[in-house]
This record gives sequence, structure tokens and C-alpha cells, in this order.
Amino acid sequence: MSTIKEVQDEIISEFEILGDDKESTIFYIMELGGNLKPFPESERTEENIIKGCQSKVWLIADEKDGKVQFQADSNTDITKGLISLLIRVLDNRRPEEILRADLDFIQKIGMGGIIGSQRSNGLAAMIKQMKLYAMAFQTKQNA
Amino acid sequence: MSLNIDQIRGLFPVLHQEVHGKPLIYFDNAATTQKPKAVLKSLQDYYEKDNSNIHRGAHALADRATRYYEETREAAKDFIGAREAAEIIFTKGTTESINLVAQTFGRKFIGKGDEIIISTMEHHSNIVPWQMVCEEKGATLKVIPINEAGEILFEEFEKLLTPNTKLVSIVHASNALGTINPVKKIIDAAHAVGSKVLLDGAQSTSHLDIDVLDLNCDFLAFSAHKLYGPTGLGVLYGKREVLEEMPPFLGGGEMIKEVTFEKTTYNEIPFKFEAGTPNIADVIAFKAALDFIQGLSKTKIRAHEDGLLAHANELMKNIKGFIPVGIANEKVSVLSFNINGMHPFDVGQMLDAKGIAVRTGHHCTQPLMKRFGIEGTVRASFAVYNTKSEIERLAEGVAQIARLKNK
Repeated sequence: MSTIKEVQDEIISEFEILGDDKESTIFYIMELGGNLKPFPESERTEENIIKGCQSKVWLIADEKDGKVQFQADSNTDITKGLISLLIRVLDNRRPEEILRADLDFIQKIGMGGIIGSQRSNGLAAMIKQMKLYAMAFQTKQNA
Repeated sequence: MSLNIDQIRGLFPVLHQEVHGKPLIYFDNAATTQKPKAVLKSLQDYYEKDNSNIHRGAHALADRATRYYEETREAAKDFIGAREAAEIIFTKGTTESINLVAQTFGRKFIGKGDEIIISTMEHHSNIVPWQMVCEEKGATLKVIPINEAGEILFEEFEKLLTPNTKLVSIVHASNALGTINPVKKIIDAAHAVGSKVLLDGAQSTSHLDIDVLDLNCDFLAFSAHKLYGPTGLGVLYGKREVLEEMPPFLGGGEMIKEVTFEKTTYNEIPFKFEAGTPNIADVIAFKAALDFIQGLSKTKIRAHEDGLLAHANELMKNIKGFIPVGIANEKVSVLSFNINGMHPFDVGQMLDAKGIAVRTGHHCTQPLMKRFGIEGTVRASFAVYNTKSEIERLAEGVAQIARLKNK
């Protein structure tokens, strides 16, 4: 399995191919949302929501063989694409890897300029929640 | 003769730029309009030549600044057809204007068992201040329902009126839908039961000819920045007899006649309501914005904007998946819509990538969105400097985006 850094480098080169055209970059992000696994309806609860100003994200995590498994969904297609990128990088990894991860691909592909400040705040909230899950599982493993 | 839009566009430096490599199309005018050069020049002139505090300075600069400041009050009076300049109070914006009435008129004249009436399509700034008053005073907030087109049900409004109705506070033109409300009828009916009426004119004043004497409203609140003027400045118009009865809003300098530690007597209107050093520069520059509008004539502005809206409606109606929100007969130039299967935020961001600036979300009208069972809309709102070819680019963009989910 590729390392977090390798996956991030893959993503960076994919976005490089798209170049400066904001429109095609956004269409690409929306397409990525299609990679998300169907989200279990029973988990679509208030509790599992990370609330941004305009978009909602549902995020849940589980542990399998010591690795964290994420599942997520959103009510907007662009946000789905963003969360699918995070899942591609962080899913199925040990908690300490997730906690250590420096997600510099976001800055390197200039995500802030592509998605604007509102969604960037939402993206930061998603990363924080994923790391919180990782921390909870780490605590459990060490107990 | 109709307006020369090319020439008008030349007066707005901000319009001539590219965003994301595409020429900017600015369709977020209901949020704030752009500023003509004359407004920018007035701001710079003030700070370069006249900056000083107003009303009490014993020197030439203070005299000049005071004169220009009061000239804007005079211009604002003429702009809305008020009887006298003393009925014009400068505030931070529509929101503060409404809160001023809530905290002064509301505190003094609304009591237990009284009623305040608003409509379903109010901006949060014309809901929350009244909820605060009602909670404090034990009064009741009543809401006029609307139909599917986004129009007030006047007969239902009449049923809400009682001798306990102390205030009807209603939006003149809806920011989220564009609906123009039949305010003259509403004002007459409210007065018949002895109620006062506040008009939220944030969206109407830039599009419609306003004559407060003809309308006979007791208050009118509006913002300079939606009228091609500076941000952080608004107006509260009130009838003299009502303003004089109201206690002051903020305490401080300017608003007093005499202060002793035992007792303070308050200044005359409008100064009673303008405590502290006001937003002098922006007030002065606001006159340039009002002159700009008066110079073009509201009738011609409205004719141009109506033409843009009609063109947009015509082009959009055949787009598969296009869902208009708010189809009232009488509208200002606001086009609110959704695209079937898509979130408005995504649509807005895709339009932004095409260089088209729109607003998305609930537009600070959550109860209205709930009424329509939607989370929000995409809102394109047009101003005098927009063109039919910009509308065509919007329609092309919307059609292209709609095709993603509506094959």
C-alpha cells in the first residue's frame, strides 16, 4: 500500500494536468465525489454532521485490524469530491499515521483558490474530525 | 432616450477585470452594488481636503465637512421625498435602522399583549429585532403568509390586523425573491387600525421611485451600499412626530442638549439619534451616489433592469432542470433559482469559475426557504450597469451546468 506522501503526490500530479483552468478543476473535483461508497442511511444523523455554512458533511469512522475506516457523504457534489480526496489519503491507515499526516497536497494544488474560503473552512473541519476519530481509536488501542 | 450602458460601465472601475481568466460578470447586486468613480473621488477628496469632525469645530475644515455632511442629508430627503432633512437619520445600515426603531419605538410603545406583524419573506434583520422586543415586552409576532409565487396574501394580512397591532414591519422588495409588495395598500390598512408601519427599503430604494409622503409610511430603512454608495452607512427615515416621541437610541456626544450629572436633556432630531462621531466620509460620498442615480433617473434604471430580468426569464425558461423560485407579478431585478439535482452552492461555485458572481444560500431568509421547502437558491441580481450579453452568458452557463444532472 502506498504511503500518505505517495498518495498525496499522485493527487498533486493529477491536478497539475488540469492546469490553471478553474472550471475543469471544479468539474474534476465533482467527479471524484462519485468514488465515495454509498453512505449508510442509518448513519445520516445530526450527530454525524460536520456543519459548514452552506454544505453538510456526514462522517463516520470504524476500526478494522487496527486501521481506521472512514465513510462520508455530503449534500453538495463539490464537497463530496473534497471528502473523497481526504478519504483516499487517510482511509485504512493506523491512527498514528493519520495523526502524523501533514496534508500538504491541499496547499500544493492551491485548493484555497479553487474552492474559496467558505469551503476551505469546511475542509479544515473535516480534517480535524478525521484526526479526532484517529485520536479516539489510538486511545482505545493503547488502553 | 434610454441609458447608454457602455458609458455607465465606464464609470465603474471594478467591472473591468478578469476573474479566473474570464471577464467578470457581477450579478450580486442585491448584496451590494459597485461604486462609481464619483463616489470614490468624493471619499478621497474628503480625506485629502476636508477631514475634520463635524458640527462643533470652530474652523474652516469643520465648517466644510459639516456643510457637505448636511448636504447629503438634504439629498437623501429629496431622494425619498421626505418633508424635511431632520427626518433623515444616518445609521450603519438597514439593520441598524430597524434595530434603532425596535430599541426606541419598540421599547416605549409596545407592551404586553400588543402585536407586531411581519411577513414570511423578511430578511433576518427584520425578524430578529422584533423577536427581541416581543420577548422582552410579552408582545406577539404575527407573520403574513405568502403564495407559491412568493406574493403576500393580502386578505390574510387584513385578518391579522387588530386594535392591538402596534407595528407592521415589512419588506418593500424581497431580497431573496425580488417580489415587490403592495406596500401602499398594506400601510393604509395598518393605519386604519392605528398601527405604525416600517418599510424595509434595502432592496427597493435602488430600483423603485420612492415617495414616503405618498406611501405614508412611518419609517423607511435603507442602506447606502446597495445604492452605489459606500458600505457601513444607512438611513432611517421617520416622520417627525413619531421620531420626536421616541427616546434616544445610543447615549453619548452629539445627541445631547445639555448634560449635568443630575440630568441630561436630549438634542433635537435627527441629532438625538446620531450619538458619537458619525461615518462622515461615507455620508459625504453617499451624495455622489445619490446624484449618480438621480442623474440617470430611476424610471430609466428600472426600465433597463426590467428588460434584463425579462431577457433572463425568457432564456432560462427552456433550460431543462431550471427551477425559478419567486415568480411574483411585480418584481425588482432579482432572479432566484435552483437547478434540479444540484446544490445551489455548487452551482454558484461553477458560475464563479465562469467569471459570473452570484449569491447562493438562504439569503438571510431561512423561514422563507423553509416555506418553499428548500435549503437555498442561486440568486442573480441585476443593476444598471449589467447588459443583455452578460445575461446571455449567464444563461449559457446555467444551461451547461444544468445538463450535468438533467440530460
